[in-house]
Amino acid sequence: MWVFLTTEVMFFGGLFLGYAVYRGSYSHAFGMASEHLDIVLGTINTAVLLCSSLTMALAVHATQLGTRKTAVMFLLLTILLGSVFLGIKGVEYYHKYDESLIPGHDFHFENADPRHAQIFFSFYFVMTGMHALHMVIGIGLLALMAYWTYAGRFSPEHASPIEITGLYWHFVDIVWVFLFPLLYLIDRSGSM
Amino acid sequence: MSEHIIPRKVYFTIFGALMVLLAFTVGIAYVHLGELNVVAAMTIAVTKALLIILYFMHVRYSFRLSWVWVGAGFFWLIIMFALTFSDYFTRDWLPVPTGWK
Repeated sequence: MWVFLTTEVMFFGGLFLGYAVYRGSYSHAFGMASEHLDIVLGTINTAVLLCSSLTMALAVHATQLGTRKTAVMFLLLTILLGSVFLGIKGVEYYHKYDESLIPGHDFHFENADPRHAQIFFSFYFVMTGMHALHMVIGIGLLALMAYWTYAGRFSPEHASPIEITGLYWHFVDIVWVFLFPLLYLIDRSGSM
Repeated sequence: MSEHIIPRKVYFTIFGALMVLLAFTVGIAYVHLGELNVVAAMTIAVTKALLIILYFMHVRYSFRLSWVWVGAGFFWLIIMFALTFSDYFTRDWLPVPTGWK
């Protein structure tokens, strides 16, 4: 599992690198564009995701202790929090659509060079989109784990599938931990 | 994976620390620090990531092989960033020779 996660680090690392280079080149437009992201929803979503990591860790803990019902409950709670995250993300995407901030023909931006701002939003949608896709896969895995736990397939001696799903879920959380400050917080003080 | 069972209290403590760091990073983003804003945001993000990796992902209690893979991922990431940055962010340091533009 760690080998897989290392490849994932490289995958997201490439996106982060591309973002960093463009941000260095067009820092003014990126700062302006970043202010169009909803910081309240972004912060709430970060908190929701951190909560889901806690419930995931507690689900692994419950499996290791062999308390099946608690494990199922925490897995379902993790699924719920993950879905709330995706829901809020969907609302944010809709706002961007409403404000004509989706890169493409209808893109509209006034405060800085629209071409540069468009690059920011391209990164925003690709990076958060890939992250959301990972969450959808994670929720699918969690649903399977919840069912298997309910069916009694796991025990303290055989808890690896839950532990591995947990590793994946925490990894997705870590990606967001970096995405949030880079996309939402880079220029709130107007330094650039 | 790890056979070590971490007490529940540890998870809640780490979660509390993560929430405090989240509030801190949002707060400090509004303070005018110039270039240091990025440094502060990234330092907090790395701290949060480390807390999650070491405790939620149990790496602190895991086999050495896990350490190697986690380390390798970030090690190569650092090389990739360092080499790319040393290109892109030093391009303006020397004037372009006349006749090249």
